[in-house]
Amino acid sequence: MTRTFILEDLDCAHCAQKIQDAVAKIDGVSDCKVTFLTQKMVYNVEDAKNEAAEKEMRKIVKNTEPDVTVKAV
Amino acid sequence: MTKKLKKKIIRIGIGFVLFVAGILLSRFVNEWVGLGFYIAAYITVGADVLKNAAVNIAHGHVFDENFLMIIATLGAVACKEYTEAVAVMLFYQVGECFQSYAVNKSRKSIRALMSIRPDFARVVRDDGQHEVDPSEVRVGDVIVIRPGERVPLDGIVTEGISSLDTAAITGESLPKDISVGTNIVSGCVNLSGVITVSVTNEFAQSTVAKILNLVEEASSKKAKAENFITVFARYYTPIVVCSAALLALVGSLVTHDYMTWIYRAMTFLLISCPCALVISVPLSFFGGIGGAGKKGILIKGGNYMETLSEIDTVVFDKTGTITKGNFATGEISVSQFLKDTKHEEAESYLLKMAALCEASSNHPIAKSIVSAANISGDESAFDINELAGKGVSAVIKGEKWYAGNYKLMADVLPEEELSLTSCHDCLERGTVVYLAKDGKYMGHIHIVDEIKEGAADAIKALKASGIFDTVMLTGDNEESAKTVASSVGIKRFLSNLTPLDKVTAIEKLMGNKEKGKIAFVGDGINDAPVLTRADIGIAMGAMGSDAAIEAADVVIMTDELSKIGEAKKIAKKTLRIVKENIVFALGVKALVLILAAVGFASMWAAIFADVGVAFLAIMNSMRALKA
Repeated sequence: MTRTFILEDLDCAHCAQKIQDAVAKIDGVSDCKVTFLTQKMVYNVEDAKNEAAEKEMRKIVKNTEPDVTVKAV
Repeated sequence: MTKKLKKKIIRIGIGFVLFVAGILLSRFVNEWVGLGFYIAAYITVGADVLKNAAVNIAHGHVFDENFLMIIATLGAVACKEYTEAVAVMLFYQVGECFQSYAVNKSRKSIRALMSIRPDFARVVRDDGQHEVDPSEVRVGDVIVIRPGERVPLDGIVTEGISSLDTAAITGESLPKDISVGTNIVSGCVNLSGVITVSVTNEFAQSTVAKILNLVEEASSKKAKAENFITVFARYYTPIVVCSAALLALVGSLVTHDYMTWIYRAMTFLLISCPCALVISVPLSFFGGIGGAGKKGILIKGGNYMETLSEIDTVVFDKTGTITKGNFATGEISVSQFLKDTKHEEAESYLLKMAALCEASSNHPIAKSIVSAANISGDESAFDINELAGKGVSAVIKGEKWYAGNYKLMADVLPEEELSLTSCHDCLERGTVVYLAKDGKYMGHIHIVDEIKEGAADAIKALKASGIFDTVMLTGDNEESAKTVASSVGIKRFLSNLTPLDKVTAIEKLMGNKEKGKIAFVGDGINDAPVLTRADIGIAMGAMGSDAAIEAADVVIMTDELSKIGEAKKIAKKTLRIVKENIVFALGVKALVLILAAVGFASMWAAIFADVGVAFLAIMNSMRALKA
């Protein structure tokens, strides 16, 4: 399935890159794309691993940019 | 302004007051009291930097900019430069504020450009009108659009007269009149009257959704310049940090003047963030794409923007691009044989037979013949065969008919019949459809196609924007191609081409070129393979044509040829801004690094090289939006 999130208050462009690289490595996730300008994150995830992946993704965002609020679309 | 930014500004304000108090106290009262105020100011201003650094270090990110910032300011403290340590933190934070302000502003202007998304659709149901989300409307539903409202979905007008402002979609400023039967596209604004519309596309397939998708996805197709920045950013910080360490170590060991070298190394750390480039380069491309979109030119990615700026040859498809593509039948010429058998009715008979042959074809020429003839339902053709690049064959009342170009006639007619087809002046007047039956030549029909108004001017203007070579490709015969080409000022043309020949022709043109790129301009109906094959494929007059939007790299919503030159200009401007930013940011950083290494640059200069440059680069990239 494809998941889309808005990363509110994403202010730092190379953090976006860091988040993208880290989320792409989560088990079950493929094709992660974080667009700094639209503050959008889109990735594909295996249905079974969706919940675990989302939890992991939120942790990554929190660690990289503590100010960012992740909102599911 | 975001909440986060507001909080930060308040913090900076308080910190600034504490800092000034610290300066005054340490000068006039007591150095230690002043130092206390300095520490308070530092913590107030740098609270988020300290917190982020702590979190990141806990996760092992050593090259984090927050952490480096703290190291640099602590280094200043170690050199007993207390005032400077606080000031650097203060100015870094001010710079950051400017940066996020600029980024927010550009995000907002880009969002404003994309404000074509309709909020609701007013659907007519059995129990009255309902305002619903456009995505809930199905094909065939009837919606009502009042004056001043945005057209939420593509459809066809079933009631009412009005005019439409299509500027958001096409960039065209003149309103378009609409009445019953007119196809309208989502994203336009209804101006004068209430209209009722039958929906033809679901929201996900609507023009507006496609455009929005296209623009959003455009930022994921990265230009070479963007990829360069991504790679650069990956290595830049570690290299600068390592050279800072090296500088401190070697300098100190050689001169034993620890203070000086540590200070210089700390200055390095302040310039270790590649932010200016990482933000401003993609922002410029995004701005350029947004600005072009406002003019009805959709560019599908930064990479295409780059190619577009390098084109010096434009290859046009004739039909629908240089000519209007709405064909009409002209003079009908009947062979002696047919005249003898059908007498007065020969002409209408020939037209009817042609229409029956072409009835199932989608080609614009075929359509013009069908609409000119009156075919009743009780007659039809069987075994219709499309002969690519030649025409069609069909069986009508047991007789085999051929309708098509001269090539087809040469295939199916014996020598003595073929000679009858010759007519001296007709080739110059446009396309001709010949008809033959059972090895006999029956006659031909002229098809007239008008050249677009302003085509000649637009092609002249192209030359002014740095496009030196124009070529026209057509499936038509040489004579008619020559007439069209010379009347619009195109020197080279290739005629008698099948769709496959056009691909080969493009490949040949591309093979012969050493530098510069080739753009192919078509209407996207019959030339999708060529659009894909060329360096850059431009589809024109694409309002409502899905195939064109899919196949092309650049989509021009109206059918004005002048937009091609405009698109190139926007691309060139965007690329120039990108280059300016790269040269400016790298230049200032390199200069300050060198000056810092030899002791001529203070931490102040370093802060400017970091946040100041980022701010200026972002402001510069916003110029791309105002295409």
